[in-house]
Amino acid sequence: MIEDIIVFLKKYKSNKLGLVGLGILIFFVIAAIFAPYIAPYDPGHRYKSTEHPNSAHLLGTNHVGQDIVSELIYGTRVSLFITLFASIAAAFIGTFIGLIAGYFKRLDFFLMRIVDLFLTIPRLPLIIIIAAFMRPSIWNLIFVFALFEWSITARIIRSEVLTFKNRPYVDATRMFGAGDFHILGRHILPNVVPLVVVQLVLVSRYIILAESGLSFIGLGDPTAKSWGMMLHDAFEYPTIFISDIWMWWMLPAGLCIVFTILSLTFIGYALEELVNPRLRRVTTL
Amino acid sequence: MSILKITHLKVHFPTEEGLVKAVNTVDFEMKENEKLGLIGETGCGKTVLGMSIIRLLQLATKIEGEIWYKGKDLLKLSEEEMRKIRGKEIAMILQNPTTSLNPVLKVGDQIAEAIQLHQGLAKRAAKEKAVEMLEAVKIPDASKRANEYPHEFSGGMKERVMIAMGLACEPSLIIADEPTKGLDVTIKMQIIKLMKEVTKQRAILFITHDLGVAAEICDNIAVMYAGELVEYAKTGDIFKNPLHPYTQGFLNSLPNRGLKPIRGMSPSLIDLPSGCRFHPRCDYAREICKTEHPEIVEKENGHHVRCFLYD
Repeated sequence: MIEDIIVFLKKYKSNKLGLVGLGILIFFVIAAIFAPYIAPYDPGHRYKSTEHPNSAHLLGTNHVGQDIVSELIYGTRVSLFITLFASIAAAFIGTFIGLIAGYFKRLDFFLMRIVDLFLTIPRLPLIIIIAAFMRPSIWNLIFVFALFEWSITARIIRSEVLTFKNRPYVDATRMFGAGDFHILGRHILPNVVPLVVVQLVLVSRYIILAESGLSFIGLGDPTAKSWGMMLHDAFEYPTIFISDIWMWWMLPAGLCIVFTILSLTFIGYALEELVNPRLRRVTTL
Repeated sequence: MSILKITHLKVHFPTEEGLVKAVNTVDFEMKENEKLGLIGETGCGKTVLGMSIIRLLQLATKIEGEIWYKGKDLLKLSEEEMRKIRGKEIAMILQNPTTSLNPVLKVGDQIAEAIQLHQGLAKRAAKEKAVEMLEAVKIPDASKRANEYPHEFSGGMKERVMIAMGLACEPSLIIADEPTKGLDVTIKMQIIKLMKEVTKQRAILFITHDLGVAAEICDNIAVMYAGELVEYAKTGDIFKNPLHPYTQGFLNSLPNRGLKPIRGMSPSLIDLPSGCRFHPRCDYAREICKTEHPEIVEKENGHHVRCFLYD
């Protein structure tokens, strides 16, 4: 197991974009985990409002006098927390549905029509409506995202299961008296896990974007300030684009979102290349 | 005492082109420790017959007749009961070991899995048993090899692993489906020797189109053509005194007997010829062969044949 991980890391290392992505993500993750130690101030504490960047407040303060650097660092926590849990939940549901649909022919049609439904309905407007009806909280957001992001994973896992379930070694296992769930858990699931990981990373990009979007229009959890919520606050400030404040209030939060999505994209593509050798390019970047 | 008795077995699959009549009224019996060779061309229904015994055919398949194994009709058992028989009572050794082993699991773990499914052993005990099995099939350095993956094994070694898996739960009947396919001649003989050694106390239904291999292992040989048995006799009798024109043709197509092919193609199992199934390719065909379907009858002591020549 540990050997496998080392081999995997060695292969991963050859992908430069993947390394850059991983570097950026590690940077954000460290910021999120060690927020209380890194952040210079308590993000809730009020100083003088709308201060320009100075030696005490590197990115100034916001409209109620909170230190923006500290807000950003604590915002990383919220944004990544929601993304992590929502994408794990989505991957979990998607994998489960995909396994069942791919393996049990009788349920396949029914489950795939549900997947079609979730794939074709416009997700963002629906997410907005549901989020608006529910009490804004982190767990509700996670629930809504998981509910709408599992369908692609289910599709991909199903198609993969279809190719695995007729492999001769699966038949061989059945000949030795294995039941359906044994085969699913031991012979098919391990084969699709790499794809699930890739899907997890790729789906997390949509979730972080959707989370920022929802928070931006004011449907986020007001008690846990994410990057999107910072954008929301900044955008509502009357003179945000007239003065220079947007440069240190809005821009850093936006850049954090952009860089997180970028890093996840790089990681996702690097993993996908590792998992699916057909995608491997001859020339390396 | 017979261990396996098949009576009036018919296996038909509905397909878009029509009903594939893969097995048509097959009857035979195997005694304990008997080695029976099932011989025939590709597509004559041999494998389907083997698979129908452990009931691993598609759901839509129509199976008629009876398959008696140790006093139980396998076709009447529930799926749950059948699962307990697969591997433990009747094991199958598959052709093509390269695709029949899971590439992401260690070889030892795969054998241990078969053991765990039936014997309820703890993981460690099952793994120890797996190493023993690998030793039994003469894989050198078995305890180390057990922790390697299938791609680290050669073709012959993989076939040994398949045999070890088949034997792991000590089944009374083994269905071996072309276990020597794709192996070169020297390795093939090693595998045959090994199979003879490890299966002394077991019955084998040996499915193959390789007569040489069948001659080495089997006590009796059943020749199958277009889904039915056309000749059944002791191995020696089949080689010395083949009665059915198809068996004669089959033997004459062997390299050391002149390499003469049988003319024509084996018939489609959807659209079977009228009368004797072999008549379009038979040199001795008469009018009656085109219209009447011969029954399989005992000619000499234990030598059965399905042909009008001997009426």
